[in-house]
Amino acid sequence: MTSIAINASSAIGGAAAADMHAPVRISVRHLDFFYSDFRGLKDISLDFYDRQVTALIGPSGCGKSTLLRTFNRIYSLYPEQRAQGEILLDGQNILASSVDVNELRARVGMVFQKPTPFPMSIHDNIAFGIRLYEKLSKADLEDRVEQALRKAALWDEVKDKLRQSGMGLSGGQQQRLCIARTIAQRPEVILLDEPTSALDPISTGKIEELIEQLRAEFTIVIVTHNMQQAARISQFTAFMYLGELVEFGPTSKMFMTPNKKQTQDYITGRFG
Amino acid sequence: MVALSERIAISTMQTTRRAPKSISDPLFRWASFASALLVLIVLAGILGSMVYGGWPAFRQFGFGFVTSSVWNVGKEDFGAWVAIAGTLTSALIALVIGVPVSIGIAIFLTQLCPRWLKRPVATTVELLAAVPSIIYGMWGLFVFAPFFARFVQVPVSSLVEGLPIVGTILYARVPSGVGLLTAGIILAIMIIPFIASIARDILDQIPTILRESAYGIGCTTWEVVRHVLLPQAGVSIIGAVMLGLGRALGETMAVTFVIGNANRLSLSLFDPSSTIASRIANEFNEASDMHLNALLALGCILFLVTFTVLVLARLLIARVRTQ
Amino acid sequence: MNDVTSTVQYTGRPAAGRVRRGRRIADRTLKVVCTVFTGLGAFVLGWILLMLFYEGGAALSLDVFTHVTPGPGTEGGGIANAIVGSLILTLLGIIVATPIGVLAGTYLAEYGKGSKLAEIIRFVNDILLAAPSILIGLFVYTLMVPPLGGYSGWAGGVALAIIAVPVIVRTTEDMLRLVPGSLREAGAALGAPMSTVIVNVSWRAARAGMVTGILLATARIAGETAPLLFTALNNNFWFKPNLMGGVSNLPVMIYQFALAPYDNWRALAWAGALIITLSILALSIVARLLLKKDLAR
Repeated sequence: MTSIAINASSAIGGAAAADMHAPVRISVRHLDFFYSDFRGLKDISLDFYDRQVTALIGPSGCGKSTLLRTFNRIYSLYPEQRAQGEILLDGQNILASSVDVNELRARVGMVFQKPTPFPMSIHDNIAFGIRLYEKLSKADLEDRVEQALRKAALWDEVKDKLRQSGMGLSGGQQQRLCIARTIAQRPEVILLDEPTSALDPISTGKIEELIEQLRAEFTIVIVTHNMQQAARISQFTAFMYLGELVEFGPTSKMFMTPNKKQTQDYITGRFG
Repeated sequence: MVALSERIAISTMQTTRRAPKSISDPLFRWASFASALLVLIVLAGILGSMVYGGWPAFRQFGFGFVTSSVWNVGKEDFGAWVAIAGTLTSALIALVIGVPVSIGIAIFLTQLCPRWLKRPVATTVELLAAVPSIIYGMWGLFVFAPFFARFVQVPVSSLVEGLPIVGTILYARVPSGVGLLTAGIILAIMIIPFIASIARDILDQIPTILRESAYGIGCTTWEVVRHVLLPQAGVSIIGAVMLGLGRALGETMAVTFVIGNANRLSLSLFDPSSTIASRIANEFNEASDMHLNALLALGCILFLVTFTVLVLARLLIARVRTQ
Repeated sequence: MNDVTSTVQYTGRPAAGRVRRGRRIADRTLKVVCTVFTGLGAFVLGWILLMLFYEGGAALSLDVFTHVTPGPGTEGGGIANAIVGSLILTLLGIIVATPIGVLAGTYLAEYGKGSKLAEIIRFVNDILLAAPSILIGLFVYTLMVPPLGGYSGWAGGVALAIIAVPVIVRTTEDMLRLVPGSLREAGAALGAPMSTVIVNVSWRAARAGMVTGILLATARIAGETAPLLFTALNNNFWFKPNLMGGVSNLPVMIYQFALAPYDNWRALAWAGALIITLSILALSIVARLLLKKDLAR
């Protein structure tokens, strides 16, 4: 084993161990995904556990982001993309045409690779998502905004400038604002699509701490190209390659004694 | 912290979402679609109203409407040829003068202009485009035409008098300053900002690397322009020129001021003439019956000509953009 | 090109000096010609402005703003009715055009991605952008003047709106296209319906550019004469409050007065020309500053 693998496995100490008895929150069954004619996902079947962090890893183009983007059906913004199979969220198939995608997206929040603050004030960035689905009194709304910002560890930095534009924050602050915006809606699941890839190491550290705290309340799925990060913050890891799920298991096992040689090669940096 | 997160954890479960069951989303989509369709309807409406209004004239005069140069309101005998010829000639003059100048300005802006001068020059070009057509007309009639009569028409006429061909084309019987050539010059000034700004966009889109590698092998600016930039920009520059042509063909007020509004077929560029647009502007409010139909038929011809030119222009510009 | 090779052949050795001179002359000529052409453009703009200030400035007085246009052969007078009429017609045009233009531009940028119909509409809009405005005047005449029983400010406003719509459609679409797709995804990911994302996120992000487009469209229609000739016409007195009948306006007033045989009429035409040109140039400068400031942010 190379030193990278040793570093990675030694870092596992940072994350809590996988809870093997946690109930299943999302269950993917025989999922295929198409970009026009190109098949981006091939027969994926996989479970995601309640209040656990699951990391999706694999080389770029392996389909990890594609898989993430099916859980809130954000792909349906693009007419040429479609998914086949079943994704059960609390037992309900969210790919069914009867599902209201907007309501689904309020239940399944998402944070993107690049920070996406809306062109409005910090306060309104958070309030925007809440107002979509709840009618609150002004005091309750302010309360929720504060709670969300506190939970995203941003409150102390922005409490004096809530009326200023969210675009004026630093990259790391913007990303925490986006996380606050997502948790303010009180979703059941949070999807994170390489949330730290555009950030410096210090901001990255803060986001990782935050993810660890959020695990207490939310089921979290994170796509990352950084294996140390996967080792540091996740309880479960899924390794994907060329649109297929190669291996899935508790993170500690995946990094120390993977079943498949492909997984080991990727984790030890032999390819990817 | 623990207490807080527990509370929230519980409330997560309790959050009841009222699905915003509103009609505003489909309504908004429908409204924007309808607005977009309106653009199509307007174009169809313009064509429809011209064809409908001009139909009696086309029916009565047949193809002769295009080829006849008679325009007699009293006898209700109408032919469009003088106006068509005036429109085409003035637009052609505008292109001959305007295109080199426009491309020169575009080259200046993209290749030669020092950085600090770019903004002022670009703004000047934009402002030239913003000046209303009627102001160009006033300038043309009250300032440029007397100047042109005195310093161009009179000396040129006496110089070429009696010579074959040029003696006809450039001879002013009455050196008043107004006429086809003056109209063409004013039109040229009016289309220059349009052609120049599109040509500038096109030149700006050519990859810098291409230019730099040409300079890198020791090319002068002239050689870079002649052998790299213009061939590269080629077709879309022609598109920009066609766009300018479309404007020149339909320009109304400025031309009405300086063309002299005569229904006379003359070989001299110094003589007064008419264009389709100037004739409509001059006569429409006093017209009735067949006269009105004939003017709408003129409008129909103008529509078809400019439409064709503009479609070609857009296709040429689009072809390069998508490459 | 030709003379380069021939020079080399005849002398038998590279006549570097002469070759270089030919190239240098061509290069120098290009630079001089292009600079002169640009100078010529600036010169004409300066000439026109100078003329307006000289003639129009002399004609300006308080009366110009407070009195109604004079009758034939009467002394003095002003252009108050034409100024007010122009403001009303331009405002009417832009009020009609803004919602239509913004919504149509939104359709093209947000809903019509990849659709054939959207492509056709975009193409037709570009054609309308450059279509002769006199034809739009004729169209609105046929559509509204005989049916409404005569000239009216409403017909004038509609004609101006038809000219403004393509400008607004184009700038709205262009500006919405600059909004990053990730911002729309982020809006949708919160469960917001598409219309909410467009209004609260896309429009907000593109706001400055869209306002610029509307201001530029206003500048464009404020000076239009041809489409008003057969629709609002003109009126030498105060027009009716219901805008039926001729409505006085600056462009047509300038057209009629500039060519009139009365000195005071011509002076008023110059005053009107100065007022309208300065307003339009100021409007376009403000519009462009607004956009540049926003893009720099």
